[in-house]
This record gives sequence, C-alpha cells and structure tokens, in this order.
Amino acid sequence: MPKDSGIGASPKRREDVRFLTGNGNYTDDINLHGQAYAAFARSNVANGKINSVDTSAAEAMPGVLAVFTGEDFVEVGGNPAGWYIESRDGTPMKEPKRPVLAHGKVRHVGDAYAAVIAETYEQARDAVEALEVDIDELPAVASSVAALAEGAPLVHDEIETNLCFDWGWIEDNRAATDEAIKNAPHVTTLELVNNRLVPNAMEPRASTANYNPGTGDYTLYTTSQNPHLTRLLICAFVMGIPENKLTVIAPDVGGGFGSKIYHYGEEALVLAAAKKLGRPVKWTADRSESFLTDAHGRDHVTTIELATETDGTFIAIRTSTLANVGAYLSNFSTCVPTFLHGTLMAGNYAVPNVYVNLKAVITNTAPVDAYRGAGRPEATYSIERVIDKCARELGIDPIAIRRKNFIKPDQFPYTTPVGLQYDTGDYDAVMDKLEEIGDLAGFPARRAESEANGKIRGLGINSYIEACGIAPSNLVGVLGARVGLYDAATVRVNATGTLAVMVGAHSHGQGHETAFPQVVAEMLGIDEGLIEIVHGDTSKIPFGMGTYGSRSLAVCGSAVVRATEKIIKKATKIAAHMMEASEADIEFKDGQFSVTGTDKSVAFGEVAFKAYVPHDFPAEELEPGLEETAFYDPANFTYPAGAYACEVEVDPDTGKVSIERFSAADDFGNIINPMIVDGQVHGGIGQGIGQALLEGCVYDEDGQLLSASYMDYAMPRADDLPFYAVDHSCQTPCTHNPLGVKGCGEAGAIGSPPAVVNAVVDALQSAGKDVTHIDMPLSPGRVWAAMNG
Amino acid sequence: MYNFEYEKPSSVVDAVAALASDEAQALGGGQTLIPTMKQRLASPAKLVSLSGVAEMQGVSADGGLLTVGGAVTHAEVAAQASAYPALARMAGRIGDPAVRNRGTIGGSLANNDPSADYPAAALASAATVVTNAREIAADDFFQGMFDTALDEGEIITSVKFAVPQAASYQKFVQPASRFALVGVFVAKHADGVRVAVTGASEEGVFRWGEAEAALSADFAADAIAGLSLDPSGMIGDLHGTKEYRAHLVGVMTKRAVAAAT
Repeated sequence: MPKDSGIGASPKRREDVRFLTGNGNYTDDINLHGQAYAAFARSNVANGKINSVDTSAAEAMPGVLAVFTGEDFVEVGGNPAGWYIESRDGTPMKEPKRPVLAHGKVRHVGDAYAAVIAETYEQARDAVEALEVDIDELPAVASSVAALAEGAPLVHDEIETNLCFDWGWIEDNRAATDEAIKNAPHVTTLELVNNRLVPNAMEPRASTANYNPGTGDYTLYTTSQNPHLTRLLICAFVMGIPENKLTVIAPDVGGGFGSKIYHYGEEALVLAAAKKLGRPVKWTADRSESFLTDAHGRDHVTTIELATETDGTFIAIRTSTLANVGAYLSNFSTCVPTFLHGTLMAGNYAVPNVYVNLKAVITNTAPVDAYRGAGRPEATYSIERVIDKCARELGIDPIAIRRKNFIKPDQFPYTTPVGLQYDTGDYDAVMDKLEEIGDLAGFPARRAESEANGKIRGLGINSYIEACGIAPSNLVGVLGARVGLYDAATVRVNATGTLAVMVGAHSHGQGHETAFPQVVAEMLGIDEGLIEIVHGDTSKIPFGMGTYGSRSLAVCGSAVVRATEKIIKKATKIAAHMMEASEADIEFKDGQFSVTGTDKSVAFGEVAFKAYVPHDFPAEELEPGLEETAFYDPANFTYPAGAYACEVEVDPDTGKVSIERFSAADDFGNIINPMIVDGQVHGGIGQGIGQALLEGCVYDEDGQLLSASYMDYAMPRADDLPFYAVDHSCQTPCTHNPLGVKGCGEAGAIGSPPAVVNAVVDALQSAGKDVTHIDMPLSPGRVWAAMNG
Repeated sequence: MYNFEYEKPSSVVDAVAALASDEAQALGGGQTLIPTMKQRLASPAKLVSLSGVAEMQGVSADGGLLTVGGAVTHAEVAAQASAYPALARMAGRIGDPAVRNRGTIGGSLANNDPSADYPAAALASAATVVTNAREIAADDFFQGMFDTALDEGEIITSVKFAVPQAASYQKFVQPASRFALVGVFVAKHADGVRVAVTGASEEGVFRWGEAEAALSADFAADAIAGLSLDPSGMIGDLHGTKEYRAHLVGVMTKRAVAAAT
C-alpha cells in the first residue's frame, strides 16, 4: 500500500495550483509604482571596435529618462568567473574583464553597449534605435577551432590570446595513460562534437530594481536560481553595494536549466538606473534577447580514445577537448568543462588509466555555461559513444562490454583515476532493471516488424554516472572554487504548530514546495499542509547557494533535516518539562511526545504553543521560541547512476528518426516523491532527445547566430517524444547525507543523448550502412547524408 | 512594434480605397505580418484588415470548381472544403490550431512564402486567383520567393480551384518551424497531372515538368522512379542541403502519387 503522505508518497504538487490557475507571481508580473523601462542597444556584429556612441538624439526622444553606455561603468567592477583554473604549465587562466556594458569593443552579437531608460518600453526601444553608433566591424572567431588557428583575431586584445586555459586532469596520469594506449592491443578513436544549445527557459530573463533614497536600500526582483549568489556577486564584485543594503528576490521563476544561475549585466544596469533616477526600473528580455544573451550550453569538440584488451576489458581512456566558453567568462564557465566534466571521464567503469586534456577557448559568441547536466552530459556522451564504437569493432554485445567493465558493488567506495570517490552503486542491478522494463529481449521481434514496414530499427544502450550536489566546500576551494557549496535552512515553528521552512534552494520547476514539507512532516509526524516553504528572498531566507547541479534535496534537504533535528531536540526538552519527566525518557513518534512506560503524552503543537507562551517554562535552561537554522556542507558529491535504452526507427527514404521506445532505469538512492522524480526524469529525457535529434545552436563563421529564433532552433514538441518507461526502484542510498538521496534533476538530460545516437548508428549498421558516427542533432538531412555518404 | 493606423472595411471597394493611402498594408490573418512588426522589421503606417470584407468570405463548390473567399481561414477550408478532400487535408495541417484559425488563404498566397503550403495547392490545382481587378492563373501568379503578380494595393478576393480527379499533398516538415522543408502537391486532372513543389527552390513554388509528363503517361509512383531534380537551384540551409531537398522532392512526389485520392 503506497503511502499517502511523508517520504515516499506522491502528493500532487501544491505549487501547480497557482501556476495552472494563472496565479503565479513572476518577475514580469511585479509592477512598482512609478516604474520606468529599460531597453538595451545590442551589437549586431560579432567583433567590433566602438568608436563612439552618441546619445544626444536618443536623450531628446519622448519619454527618455536616461541613457547609459559602457563609459558609465568603467569605474565599477566586472562580473567574475566563479572558479579559478590553472593551466598544465602552472599559469593562471586568462580572465578578461566582463563589464556591465561593453566599452571599447563589442564581442558577440547581442553584446549590450548601451541602455535607455524611458517612461514606456516602446519609448525606450525607439530611443535605442536613435542612438548614433559608430562601430567598426572586425574579423571574428565563432568557433573554438577558428579561435585557436594561427593568426586568429583576438576577442580580448589585453589577454593576447583566445586560449583561456589548457587544463590537464590529472596531469600525473598523462604518461601512464599515453603508455597504456601505445601498448594496448585495441584502441578505438572517435571524434565528436557536443552540440551547442540554447537553454530556452519558458520565462525569459527579467529584472526590476527599486531604490529608496530615504534609506539607501535597493531591491532587485530577478529571474535567478540562486538569489544569494546574485547578491554576493553584485555587492562584492560588480557594484560595491553593501550586502545589507540589497535585497534580491527571485519570485516564481519559469525554468532555468542553468541559464539563471549567473549574474548578468542587465541586473546591474537596472540597479544603477533605479538609483540614478530614484524610480523603479524594469527590464524583461524578449525571446530574441534570450537566444542572443542567455548563457548557452555544451559546445565541445572532442577526440576520445578507448584502449582495451581484445576481450573488451578497458585499459585506458584519453580525451582531448576544445570547450567554447564564449566571449566572456560566465560565472561557472570555467568549472563546467573541467571539474564537472573531466572528473567524470571514468564513467561507471573500472578503468585504470584516464587522462583528460581540455582547452577552454574564448570566441565571439554568447557566453557558454552550465546547462542541465553541465559537463556530465558531455563526459557521458564521449564515453558512451566510444564504448559503443569499440563494442562494434570487437564484436561484443554493447550491454556485455559495459557489464564486463562496471565497477562492482563490492568495490565501493571506489576511487577513480580522475579524482572522485564514488560512495555506492550497483550498475549491474540497474542494467538488469533496464533489460526488464525495456523488454530488450523483445527487440529482435520489434526490429523484424519495423523491417516488414520498410523502416530500419536500432537499439541504443547507455549507462551513465553523474556527480551531483557539488561539494565539499573545503575540497572545491582547493580546486579553485571561489564560493562555498553548502546550503542552509531555517525551520520556524509558529505558536499554533504550523511551520515556515526557509530554504536556500530555489524552486523554478523542481517542486520544492511539495517535496520539502514531505521530509519535515515525516520527521515531525505532522500534516504536510501545516508546513510552508519560503524561498527566493534574501531578506527572508538564510544564506544558501540556490539550485543547480541536482543539489536541492541532497544539500539543502540535508540542511532541512539538520534544522528539524534541532527542533525535535529542543521540543523534547520542552515536552519533558511539560510532563515533568526526564528528557531521556521522552519518546517522539507520530507527532506525539510521550513518557516511556506511561500514558502521558503531549502533541507537537502543544509543545510549540508552550515555546511561544512560555508560562511555567524552564527559562533558566531554555530560550523561548522554537526556531532553528542549520547549514549543511556535504562530505562528498552524490553519484546517481542509471542505464537507458532507446529504440528508434529510421525512415530509409528521408533519414527521419522516430523514437519508438525509451526506457530509463535510474538509481537515485532514496526517493522522497516518486511522482516528482518521474517528472524530472521525463523532462530531462525530453531535453536530451532535443539535443540528440533537434536542437542546434549555430553561428556562421562571422559570428552571426543563424538559429536565433524558433523558426530555426528546433525545440522538442510532444509528438517528437515517446511515452517513457522509467523506473527508480534500484536504490543504493547515498552513504553520507541524512536522507540517503542522490539527486535526479539532470539525469535524463545526461543519459539520453548517447542512447539516442547509439540507437541510430545501430539502425544504420543493421541496414548495412558503414556509419560509425553522426554528430548531433541527428536531423533527417544529416542522417540521410550519412546513409548516402 | 511601431504605432500604426488600423482600418477594418466591410467591402472590397472600401478596402481598396483604404489601401490607396501611403504605406498602407493589407492584413489577412497576420501570421507573418504581425510577428514581423513585433520585431520592428516592418512598419506600415496603416493596416487594413480584410477579415471583415463580406465578399471575401465562404467556401462553395459548383460543378467541379471550388471557390474559397480570400479572407477564409485555413481552419474553415479544412472544415468546409469537402468537395476537394486533398485541399481540406492540406489546410488542416498548416501550422498549429492558432495559425489555422487566423491565417487566411489570401494572405498566404499574397505573401508567397517559399515554404508555404497554399502556393503548391494553387499551382497543382491550376487555380485561378481572383482579385478586385482581374483573374490571374496560378501559373502566372507566383513570380519567385515572396513575389507575385499582384499590383500594389491589389486584393485577392477569392481563389477558384479546379477539383482534380485525384490529388494529395505530402509535406516533409522543417523540424523547427514545421513549415514545409519540401512539400509536393500532386493533382491528376482530366487533361494531365500537375506536380507543384514548395519549400525546395530558391525561386519559390514550381512545377516539376518531368514528373508531370511521366505521371500523365502513367499515374503510378514507379513512373518517376528514374527521375531526379537538379539540386543546383534548391535551397540549402541549416535544415537540409540542396541535394537533400532535391532528393526529398522525389520521395514526397512518390508518396503523393501513392496517397492520391
């Protein structure tokens, strides 16, 4: 009998009532008295020297209140990279300044060099068009390969190179890996591109700033996944506003997928404008601005080599990758291709030698940063594609070669050659589950049926591991992180026994308002409906690091547990006093404190009331009130893992791929709300299939964005996707967090692209085509060309 | 979007008069024009909506001729053109429901987007485009990408389709926009087969003469098995090379012949 509340139950998401009835409160829904509007002048060339920006005509336009240019921000700080990386030769990474508004040069199409504030948005846009701008277009570099070519134009003249860093991981592995590959009986090599993606959150970025000249207080409403981080960046690095004078509020946020982790210049601009004008200033991106300026994802060019024995035993993996980081270093752009990518390059496998070389390259394109999965999809894709190719070369079944090399359950905790210690897992059990839910035994019959219908069918297998809840702070600090990676929660019990739980995590689609109360309700034995989650407002919540990297439950959820434990501890003392018993004799179960061996008990709500109406209260031992805060810094990453199977049909006449079956078996450790987990996996697979078949962000060689709207950037639609079979009954709980949870938000996006591509290659091979690889997205034209190449 | 004047005349005469003013622009369903204006890429001084013009409404069939008013939406054609099932089916697959309930046949033909569906239907059906001033044969109407025989201020008031003996439209969609990457309308008339292709050519919609000849001799998919189009005039872009589009024209033509009813 499934539970109907608490941990493991699937109550419907309470936040959906307001979202589905139009009662959400998004940044653009917030309108302040006297509000003015900002519009940005953006570069239409990828690389250009700004000779002059004459604002006089724009300033004279109707309704115009102020015009800002890069000149106005020369004195303030730049938006920093959040992670320091050292090159193999020990030199520091190159860190070009990222100003609020471009000054001197524009460096990508969409780079903002001026902003107009006006009474209305249309007036602001009219005035932007009236700016008299003299920009000399310069030759541009739009890809990592072009940017490293001899004599390539420079994106930032002052750093004298387009190479941000040349990183080796782990440099000490290099010689042994080279040697192992040189001597291996079989080496499979694959060159591949991990296609660049536009994040496409449903809600575009938006920011509204207010400034109170009477108090000097700023308020910023903004589309952020981590309001405290945004506040820290603005205060400590960019604008120098005292942290106590800025409140950042990220209200309802309509999806982030990583793109709303970062601080963007528009936030600083509206703050500066609000102060200058003494009026609230609002900016909401249109969809074109989202395409041009939201931090993009992926964009790796990789060569991977897998050395094996002739029986398929892995000996070594070596990769060489160019990662395009775009024109400026977005906050986590240097961390994603390194510590979220290189460290995962052993996959689920016991492979003794692994060496990763990664060059981060600055180009005249939009900044690139974390996008759902962030580095781990790139690692998984490289490994799982080369394994598939290797299996084919050696004539080994793709499942068998994976099983042969899996890290076995008795090997945990397992330290990989690339610096991670996997705490727990059972990859064979997950693969068993996949074979069952995907009915893989029935594939030959399904293939025959497809062939009878004139289609060619393929089966693609993938197994993945990811590292979630990036931590601990001490370790990441050594590795170059410039922030901590803990999280925080405050549990406030009200006098009448209801609770407010203030969390540092931010929900923008994840269902925290439903899942977090399930945890607290389970611990306190009370109804979930008594518990309210508060998030997104730096004036209300403790300093937390927000939501990304599938960290909310594993990190912030653990802080919630710790804070709730403190509540129980104090409430136990109060209950002992109320029942005139020793604290050691108090038992807490199902919301009741009772004295062991007696029929005396008090309910949790009665204890709460006593805490706030502390008559007859042990005031000499205990403070009144019932409110506790906990900060939680994990001991390690968590390691969700899974196995995915994709079956495709390819139309031999057109190259069109249709996904016929998709099965996902995941090990997320313990599960709080299975329905929400299903939804997270469904969404992740949707994005992964999008990357594999449809989505491609393409710049031409001059740096013009060709896929700049939905006319050319293909998002997955419902009819592109099959019904999924998902299962998360294989559970090896995380060993180091109190809930035993691992995180599920990115898994689908990590596990699905290689499964899809492996399936298409399998289909083409079955039809006798000598195709070993096709770069994503596998559009009909590309598949047809591969078949007929 | 820039400011503009708006008029909604109720007769063709009034519409023509309204369009005579400087920088006036006819507005059908606005499915291309309004997004273009929102992006500030078009700035007509005045929009003249044709949706209220009485003479431009309705779908009627009479003796092998289907007449569709210039302001009739795709959804209306899908629901009402039962006399010409292939046309109704094509109209029912343009865009999405929101597009079909706003977009009009007159707007689509006048815009002559190289990837739109209606131009292929009109050309394959040997349709007659009726305007406020004259009648124009489909063969003379389409003059290249976004270019037609229409004069400034001329309005498509109706379109007359010769209902074929058998017809089918096969569309292979561009994955992002879901416009036709290649769409082929095959229509078998008493005096021969017409094959009209959209989405593929840099010159816009065109008739594939070789296929027409082969199919007029033998209306079977195999009849064009040996034919191929020269890729050189085809569109090549992010979504498909010239060669791919040329190939798809053959595939879609065969499928249209096989599906023709």
